[in-house]
Formats: sequence, structure tokens, C-alpha cells
Amino acid sequence: MNQQTSTPRVDRREFVAGLIAAMPDALIVSGLGSASYDVFASGDRDRNYYLWGAMGGACPLGLGLALAQPDKPVVVITGDGEQLMGIGSLGTIGVKRPANLAIVVLDNGHFGETGMQRSHSSLGTDLVAVAKGFGIANAFSVSDAASCASIAQGINARQGTTFVQVLINADEPPRALPPRDGPYVKNRFRAALGLKPF
Amino acid sequence: MSLIHSRNVPKAMNHTSAQAPAWQESIFKVLKEGGVRQIAYVPDAGHSQVIREAIADPDIEDIVLTTEEEGVALVSGAWLGGQRAVLLMQSSGVGNCVNMFSLLQAADFPFLTLVTMRGEYAEFNPWQGPMGRATQAALELMGIHVLRVSRAEEVEEIVSAGLDAAFGAGDKVAVLLGQDLIGRKKWERN
Repeated sequence: MNQQTSTPRVDRREFVAGLIAAMPDALIVSGLGSASYDVFASGDRDRNYYLWGAMGGACPLGLGLALAQPDKPVVVITGDGEQLMGIGSLGTIGVKRPANLAIVVLDNGHFGETGMQRSHSSLGTDLVAVAKGFGIANAFSVSDAASCASIAQGINARQGTTFVQVLINADEPPRALPPRDGPYVKNRFRAALGLKPF
Repeated sequence: MSLIHSRNVPKAMNHTSAQAPAWQESIFKVLKEGGVRQIAYVPDAGHSQVIREAIADPDIEDIVLTTEEEGVALVSGAWLGGQRAVLLMQSSGVGNCVNMFSLLQAADFPFLTLVTMRGEYAEFNPWQGPMGRATQAALELMGIHVLRVSRAEEVEEIVSAGLDAAFGAGDKVAVLLGQDLIGRKKWERN
């Protein structure tokens, strides 16, 4: 049983590469697993912060960053499983609603990193409805790479907290492993913002 | 404009009936003077004054969390973006944070949390005991340095010491505000 077989879906790597190319100034936080691989595969950037753990932490980390850097677009790119573990953080974001924060959930309806077990989002949960219910009014679903341009335009303009569910194929592209050295990634990210070490 | 934004909550909805103890006011002073720009919290009575002041201060973002581990990630994100942030929680929340504390070690983020203690002194509610008594050990197991305050006159100095260690040395610090400091919870409403 798979209720979503008829839904058109987009290639995750194609979508992520297209989105990032269209928002060169964005500060990007990627959730652990495939989302971090997708972001890295599209080209390493100093302004990427890759998570390799801290499951459920991508959104709240992005919120703290967005509040600290209100003049820059901040984009959290994560998967459905990672988002589900931190689902309450959508409520926390729904309260603060920073105009410069966007959450992009690459949703294949499965826990891809652990053997493609089905996740809640293919078993009944509607993540867009959840985001709206938590107060993020600009929440919508896409399933094509052509939508990258308009999504990026909204993000670049920092025109309001945005939640995008991207329906992607449940496949496993070749691994593309970003640096696992957390202090290195942190320090180069801060340096790119002109921040000094303590 | 939606009514759910925190700054739209009328002041009358805050329970400000009792004068906050001076030690609570000294905590906000230390945080403010220490350049803290984001205060994330799951509420507790012992933090109520700091939360009120954070909400009232236009230079500080107050962030109410649905669960405490969000705060661990949030304060790390704030640092990534160049701001100092602290997490306020009750001892029960420390248990919720354990795996998220990995972030602090894996990326070596500075961290300051203020934890109001339950389950350790004149506790009325047995459900507070298990996590309250495990709080310090849980923090230490995850590599967080623990400072403890039991007397009101020590609060300002010890919170200040924790702030200096976190943002001056990149340390990960929890300041436990003892239940003997906070005092007995009033269970009957007048």
C-alpha cells in the first residue's frame, strides 16, 4: 500500500542544486543524513552548516541563526524524518516567525538513512497542514524543479517565514559526504560572516 | 497580525502578583550586561522574572520552546550567527536534552543553561524526584560543567562566572539553581 504512488515527485539532487544556485547569499543549515549529502553534493560553501547528528535540531538551530542574522536569508534543508523528530520546533518558529527563515523539507515519506522504513508523512501526516496549524501561514507543497526559482525569490526577499514540503523520489543517490569536523564547519561559517573567534 | 506572537500577549496575562526575589532580578542583569541577545525557555516559576524581563526588552529575543532540546540547537544557531543566547529550563527538561547535547561537543559550541531544580529539597511531588536527582549526573555525563547555587547572595556571582566561562572560554556550563534557593512551591491557590 502506498497512497502516494500517483503523486509526481522530483529528484532530490536536482531540486536542491537548483534551489541553492538561485539563492547565493543564503545561510543554509542541513539536517542529518541525505539532506546534508544533497546540500554538499550541490557544491560546498562556507555558508553551509551541515548536521551529522542532533536529530530534530535543524529547525531550531536555523531559528537561532535567523534571529541573529535578520538581514540574511536562512534556509533549513532537511528530511521528513528529521523534521518529524523536531516537529514541535515548527510551533516555536510559528511564534517568532522571522521573515528571513525558510524551512525546506525533502519529503520521500521514508527514513532513508536507516533502510527506507516508511515515515509518518507517508502514513497519514500532512506536514504542510502541521506547519500551518503551528502558525506558519506560508506553507505549501511542490513536486517539480521548476518551482525552485519562485521559492528562491521569496527566500531572497526575506518576505516571511516559509515552509516548503518538496515531494521527492524515495531513492538513494550516490553518497556525497560533507565534512564531519564540526568545529571546522562552525568556524568557517562564522568567519564567512566576519565573526571573530572568542 | 496574528494574536499568537509572544509580544502581543497582554501584560495582564502574566502572573505578576508577587514581587520577584532580588536574585531573579540579578540573573537578568547578568545576562543583559553579558550581551545575551536571545533567551530561550521552557517556563518555570523560578525563571518567571527573567522571562518577563526578556519579553519586555526590545533588544532581547524571547523564545518559548515546546521542548528543551530545541533550546540546545537554538542557542548553537545563535552563536553561529554571532549572538550570545541562553537556555532556561527546569531540571526535568535536562533529560529531554541528552542527545541534543551531542551538538555542543561535536561542534564545540559555547553553552550556558540555567536550571531550576526540583525533586531535591522539600519536594511535594514524587514525580519530580527521578529526573531531579539525576540532573547533575546527566549533565556531567554529556560533558557539561555544573555550577550550583544554593544561597541568594551567590546567584549573581555564579551566573556571571558561568557566562564568562561559556562565552569567554567556549565552555559548556549549567548553573543549577537549587530548590533550597527557590523555596517551597505553594500548592494551594488563594
